[in-house]
Amino acid sequence: MINRRDFLQVSMAASAVVGASGFGNWSRLAAQQLLTQDQLLDFDTFGNVSLIHVTDIHAQLKPINFREPSINIGVGDNKGQVPHITGADFRKLYGIDDGSAFHYALTSDDFAALGQTYGKVGGLDRVSTVINSIRAARPDALLLDGGDTWHGSYTCYHTEGQDMVNVMNALKPDAMTFHWEFTLGSDRVRDIVQELPFAALGANIYDAEWDEPAEDFEPYKFFVRGGVKIAVIGQAFPYMPIANPGWMFPEYSFGIRTERMQEVVDEVRGQGAELVVLLSHNGFDVDKKMAGLVKGIDVVLSGHTHDALPEPVLVGETIIVASGSNGKFVSRVDLDVRDGRMMGFRHKLIPIFSDVIEPDKAVSDLIDAQRAPYETAMSEVIGETDGVLYRRGNFNGTWDDLICDALLSEREADIALSPGVRWGPSLMPGDQITREDIFNATSMTYPNAYRTEMTGELIKTIMEDVADNIFNPDPYYQQGGDMVRLGGLGYRIDVTKPQGARISDITMLKTGEQLDPSKSYVVAGWASVNEGTEGPEIWNVVEDHIRKIGTVHPTENTSVKVVGA
Amino acid sequence: MNLTRRDALALGLGATAASLLPLRAVAAADDAIAAFTGGAEIGSGGITLTAPEIAENGNTVPVSVDAPGAVSIMVLATANPTPGVATFNFGPLAGSQSASTRMRLAGTQDVVAIAKMADGSFVKASSTVKVTIGGCGG
Repeated sequence: MINRRDFLQVSMAASAVVGASGFGNWSRLAAQQLLTQDQLLDFDTFGNVSLIHVTDIHAQLKPINFREPSINIGVGDNKGQVPHITGADFRKLYGIDDGSAFHYALTSDDFAALGQTYGKVGGLDRVSTVINSIRAARPDALLLDGGDTWHGSYTCYHTEGQDMVNVMNALKPDAMTFHWEFTLGSDRVRDIVQELPFAALGANIYDAEWDEPAEDFEPYKFFVRGGVKIAVIGQAFPYMPIANPGWMFPEYSFGIRTERMQEVVDEVRGQGAELVVLLSHNGFDVDKKMAGLVKGIDVVLSGHTHDALPEPVLVGETIIVASGSNGKFVSRVDLDVRDGRMMGFRHKLIPIFSDVIEPDKAVSDLIDAQRAPYETAMSEVIGETDGVLYRRGNFNGTWDDLICDALLSEREADIALSPGVRWGPSLMPGDQITREDIFNATSMTYPNAYRTEMTGELIKTIMEDVADNIFNPDPYYQQGGDMVRLGGLGYRIDVTKPQGARISDITMLKTGEQLDPSKSYVVAGWASVNEGTEGPEIWNVVEDHIRKIGTVHPTENTSVKVVGA
Repeated sequence: MNLTRRDALALGLGATAASLLPLRAVAAADDAIAAFTGGAEIGSGGITLTAPEIAENGNTVPVSVDAPGAVSIMVLATANPTPGVATFNFGPLAGSQSASTRMRLAGTQDVVAIAKMADGSFVKASSTVKVTIGGCGG
C-alpha cells in the first residue's frame, strides 16, 4: 500500500521530470526562435483542483525588465538551500541550459545580452492571457494574490492604489493578502477592502489594542472547486509595523503567530476542509519553518521575498510554491484531492515573456485608461543609462548606488542610507530613464529624504541591526528584505557572526579613513519609518541628480566584502 | 531635519541597549528565580509562553502564559533593569491557569515564565524577543 507521503514523492518526481524536459526543450526552441505562447502555457491538466498564484506585483501594470539576484545568502539551516542559490549553481540544480529562456528569467548573469534576445517580462494584460488560458482548461481555478499589489509605481502612488484595484478586479481574483498595501494608511485600506469583490484575508491581522483578530479581515475563506472543499487561509506580512511605518496603521498588529495558524488550520479541518491552502506573505524561509511547525497545510503559496522557483519545495507533506515578483511569473498548481486528502500535484512556473504572450486586449485598454491622466508627466525623459540599473541582491545594486549618489550629492552628505527593499524593475544599457522609471525604484508613501547627523557608533548599530534582520540564523527573526544600502561607505560583513559582530572595517570611501565611532557624520537617507520625517521626496532628489549627470554609468560596487557565505 | 541620537533610538533603535545590558540585570533575574523557587530544580513542559519573535513596539509587548494546574506563574524580562514583569497566583476555583499582560523591554532579550505547580514542582519556558530598528522588507 502506498501511503500519502509516497504519493507526494511519486508525484513530485513526475513533476520534476515534466519540468526538466520543459527546460531542455525551451533552450532548444529559443535557439530556433520558436519560443511560443503555446509552449509557455502547455500543461497537462491534472487532478481536480487548479490554483493560480501571483504575488508581489508591486503595481507593475506594463512589461518591464527584472534582474534576479546574483547574491542571495542563506544562513543557518537554509545555507545553500533554495532560494539561496543563484547563477550557474541554480541552473545546474534545475537543469536549465546556459543561454536559455529560463536562464534569462531566473538568473542574473548575461542579463543585458540575453535581454536582447528574450525582451521584457510581465504586464498584467499578458498575465490575464495566461489566467484565461488556465481557466479555459479549468474554469473553476482559484486565482490567489499574495499581496504587495497596491504599491510601487507612479500611477499607483498618485491614485492611492486605485489603478491596481481596477486592473486586478478585471482579472477576478478569489482572495488576497497584504503587506505594502497598509502603507496607504489604514483608512484607505479599509475603504478599498470594503468594496473588494473578493476575500481580503489575514489570520495574523490583529487589533493592536485588544490583541484579538481584527474584524476588518477574514482569517480564511472556503471555496468548493472540482467538488473539493478548499480552505484558503491568509497570512499578511508579519513584521509590517517594524519594517514599515506603524503609525500609518496603528490599530493593527501582525506577527507570525504560529499557534494561531495551527488553531485556524484545525478549525477549517474541523469544518470539513479537504484541502488547506496558505496564501502567505511570510517570506520563503519563514514559510518553510512555519510549514514544519504547523500540521495540516497542503500548499503554501509563498510571497514577500520575491523568489521564483521552477519546482515546489516539499516540507513534510506540505508543498511551498514561490512565484517571483513584478508580474514576471504566474504559478499554476494542479492538485489531485480525493477522500479529503491531497494525493498529488503538478506545477509549472510560467514566465511571462511579454513579446511571446499575446496581451489580453480588454485588460490592455483598462491599463492604458489608468495611465492616461499621468502619461505626459511620467513619460518625461530625465536621462539615460549605459549599463544595467538593478536592485535585487543582498547588497547594493546599481539602482541603489545611483540613489545613494543622488543623496550624497544633492543633500551634501558624507554618508547615504537607502533601504534594502526587493522591489524595483531594472533598466537595460541604452535605456532612457523616465520619471516613471524613477518612481518604479522609489515610490512609497513615506518618501522624504532626511538629512541628519549620526555618530559612527550609531551608524554601525544600524548596520548591525539591519544585518541581523537578514542573517539571523532563525528565519522567524528575519524580516525578508536585503541589507541597507550605503553610499560613501565600504565595509566587511561576516554573515556567520551574531548581531554586533558581523560588521567591521567600515571605511569612508572618499578618504580611506575608518569610520570613527565618536565622530559625527552628515547622513542623508529616505524611507524612514519615523512619523514627521522631513525633507524632499526621494524621487525629486534622484531626478535632480540624473538631470545633472545626463548619462548614468553604472559600475560594479566592490565596497562590501562578504565573508562566510 | 535634525535627528538626534535619542530621537533615532526612540524609533526602536533601543536595540543598542541590548549590547550594554548591565550584568546586574541578569543577576537580578537569577535572584528573582531563586526567590520564587527556593532553589528547587526547574523542569520543562506543561507551560506555554507566547510572545512575539520581534516586538512591534518594545514599550508594550504582549505576553501570555498558560500552565494548566499551576498555582502561580512568574514572568521575567531577564535583561530589564528590573526583571520582574508579573506574578500571577491562581486560587483553587480558578477556571484556567493562564494570563496575559504587556511588558516593556529594554532591548533584545529572553523572556522567562516559571510556573509553580500544585505539587510544589516548577516548570519553565523561555522565548527570545527581539527589539529592533526595523529594516525594510521586500
